[in-house]
This record gives sequence, structure tokens and C-alpha cells, in this order.
Amino acid sequence: MKITGYERPDGSVGLRNHVAILPSVGCANDVAVRLGRMYPNVALLCHRQGCSQVGSDNDQTARTLVGLGKNPNIAGVLVVGLGCETIPPEYLAEEISKTKKMVESLVFNEEEGLMAALPKGARYIDRMLHEASKMTRVPCDLEQITLGLKCGLSDTTSGIASNPAVGIAADMLVEFGGTVIFGETPELIGAEHLLGKRTASPEIEEKLYRAVNECKERVKASGGDIQEANVAPGNIEGGITTIEEKSLGAIKKAGGTTLQGVLDYGEIPKGKGLFFMDSPGRSPDALTGLNASGAQIIIFPTGGGSPAGSLISPVIKITANSRTAQRLKDHIDVDVSSVINGEELLVTAGERIFQKLLKVANGELSKAEGLGFGGISVWNIGPLCG
Amino acid sequence: MNKIKAIVMDEKDNVATLLLRIKADDQVQIAVGERYFTTQVKESIPYGHKIALTDIEKGEKIIKYGEVIGRAINDIKKGTHVHVHNIESLCIL
Repeated sequence: MKITGYERPDGSVGLRNHVAILPSVGCANDVAVRLGRMYPNVALLCHRQGCSQVGSDNDQTARTLVGLGKNPNIAGVLVVGLGCETIPPEYLAEEISKTKKMVESLVFNEEEGLMAALPKGARYIDRMLHEASKMTRVPCDLEQITLGLKCGLSDTTSGIASNPAVGIAADMLVEFGGTVIFGETPELIGAEHLLGKRTASPEIEEKLYRAVNECKERVKASGGDIQEANVAPGNIEGGITTIEEKSLGAIKKAGGTTLQGVLDYGEIPKGKGLFFMDSPGRSPDALTGLNASGAQIIIFPTGGGSPAGSLISPVIKITANSRTAQRLKDHIDVDVSSVINGEELLVTAGERIFQKLLKVANGELSKAEGLGFGGISVWNIGPLCG
Repeated sequence: MNKIKAIVMDEKDNVATLLLRIKADDQVQIAVGERYFTTQVKESIPYGHKIALTDIEKGEKIIKYGEVIGRAINDIKKGTHVHVHNIESLCIL
């Protein structure tokens, strides 16, 4: 079985062929936005990080921004910076260039204001768009796919049908040699022991529990209530009572294969199979992390109907809630409520999701993608020290 | 296939999840894998919420998906609503 994709110089495969504008710092967003208005078909990856951060937080933001630029769906990237920020635009450009894709950088402080920066940036983008337009899809193996998984606005149907059906599709991709990454550390609380039983090594098991414990410590240190933060009013109204119940339902989307590794946020896995990424559950941050770790396509099961998308990769929405499927038919890609109604077996629903994955990989737009939904949010874990 | 009215995720569970809204004195048909059984409902319970399959004592663990999802903070009668008013998480930090 093959899909088609864009072969990149580093051997990876893009399922899309974007040219992106990547600010190295939030302060450069205004320049990036002006360029984005000239080229509305470019992926505009504005965010608010990149300066005044220290230690592991700074490292994480740098790693994530590099990862976004490296994502195989991106054919070329213009890094836009001011020149005074903690994470230099030249650093990002140099790291992303290791993939040998098209990379340019525009440093605002080296230009005479916006009126000089805009034409320079526009020329870079124009050239990259023309080069990207010459690229064509070629057949490639399913093992080139890195699938990101995220569940959102969960309700009772999530753990019963949509998450397990996604798990079946995830297992199928791993069987074909692909990679699956799922995250949302707070939504592992109460279910981590199930994942801990099926790690490829004791070190991975230890790293998994450490990630969960650090998450719990952070919540405790802030004086917050993990139950209140994670089991939102919408979840409670939908029938989910405790964080354990939510987590046990959430973990089903990861299927049943062995956990090959625990990734830091935005870390690109070195191998194939199933990986867990330490990340928040909040959608923009979770999706950004998945794209930074290389996910070219994301499956997103939802109960109540989250509309979240990504500017870098298609996000495929699955629901087993028939009311959501009807009300949000412009946002939902696959309706598996037939499993809840007793009209379809879970395994058949899983196969349907896998078939959708292949179609979208080959170029069919997901609903969120067609609507242009998405935005970057880099998970900020430290204080601002400037 | 029959329309599923409530579902038990694992043989070890002591709660079922309702797939339609039920009223007091309804008989609800519950699926456990390929099997079905019927139970009497003691009170109205919304769609998606849980119903106790047996009497559950205060302090007893609530099992769903074959795993512990919480514990009872009161005695819970068979056929009644199981939710935030009578169970609590064990994940207290």
C-alpha cells in the first residue's frame, strides 16, 4: 500500500507543500503579518515566545520553533526576527537548514524599517512559492507517515467509541511501519499504569512516570486543582465524572502497541512506532507540539465538537456523538456514532478512519484544513526573566 | 443489531454508561460485549451518565473499563445515578 507525498532533501516526506513564515519572537509578528497579507496562501506561524525565557523553557521554545520549521509538510520557510531576541533568527534558520530545504531569514533590525524589510521578505517568499510549485507528489510508503493524535472536548462517547476506533487506525499505521505520537500528560493521570505496562524498556517506563509526576507537581505548586482543570464543566455535563475516567477513555486513542519512547515537547522521535509526548492538553499547544515533533497529519477525536485545526498539517475530526456530527457537519470528517447505535462494529469504524487518513494524506482537505483553522501556541514552562 | 441502551465496558465494571436518557422505573437494556441483560432504573439519569449495576458501599471503588475511576462517597443503590454527587476521584494531589 502506498500514499503520495513530496520528497524532501533529508529523506522525509511532506503530505502538504507549504511555504511558511516563522517569527523567531512574538515582537516580529507584526512584520510577519504584513508579509502574510501579501501572500495569504502562506502558512503564517505567529506565536508569542522567543525572548526573555531561560533554561529549559528557552530550550523548549527553541526546539519547538526549529521543529515547526523542519516539519516535512513545509517546503520552505522564511524566519522573521528582530535581531535582539534571546533565540536568534539566524540560529533557527541554521538549524532548519540542516534539512536542506529552502530557508531564508529576515532580520528587522538590519533593515531600515518595515518599508525596507517588506520587499526583501516578499522576494524571498515569492521565490520559495515558485520553487515549491514545481514540486510534485510521488509514491511513498506508509512508514513515512508520522500521525499525531489529540482528543478534545471529550464526552461519554469518546471513551466508548471514537477513541477506541482511532486506536484501531493508529495500530494499523504502526503495523505498516509508521509512527504515531500522542500527548496530553494531564490526561494520562489515572491511566499511566496501563501505558507503563507496555513500554519497550524500563527506562521508557521511568520517563513516563516522571513526566506524569512532574505534571502533578506543577499543578500542586500552583495551588490548582487538577480535577477542576481537567474535567471541565462540558465534560461533567457529558457524563465524565473523574480525571481517571477521562484518562482511561483518552488513552484508548493510542491503540495497543508497545510504547517506543517518551518525547520531550517538540522533540522529533528517532525511530518508528508509538511515542508519548509530554505536552499539555490545551489544543493549540498540543497541536503545535505534535507538528514540531514531525506529525504531518493529525487525527482528533472529539465528543462535543472542537473545531481546532493546524496551519501546518490537516487535522481530521472524528466523533461518535451523533448530535455533534449533525450540528457540526461542516467541521466533522468521520462520524462513528453508528458504533454507539449498535449499527457498526468498532473494528469497521477504525478501518473507515484509516481509509480517511490515507485519503487526506494523499491531498483531500480535512474540514478544519479547508476552513483554514489553526494557530501556533508554544508551551511555555518557565518564568519571563526579562 | 439491537440499539444499545447502555454499555458496560468491561466484565469487571460495577457501572454502565447510558446511551440514551432514562426515567425512573424504566427497564434499561445493557450490553456487555455480546451479552445483554436488563435492569430496573430507580431514578432519571441523563444521556452519557453512569448507572450503578449493583449496590455500592461508601468507600468502595467504582470500576469502569476494568479499572478504578473513583470511590463512592455515599452508599449507592443499584439502578441509581453515579456521578459527581456521590463519587470522588482518587487522584488527590
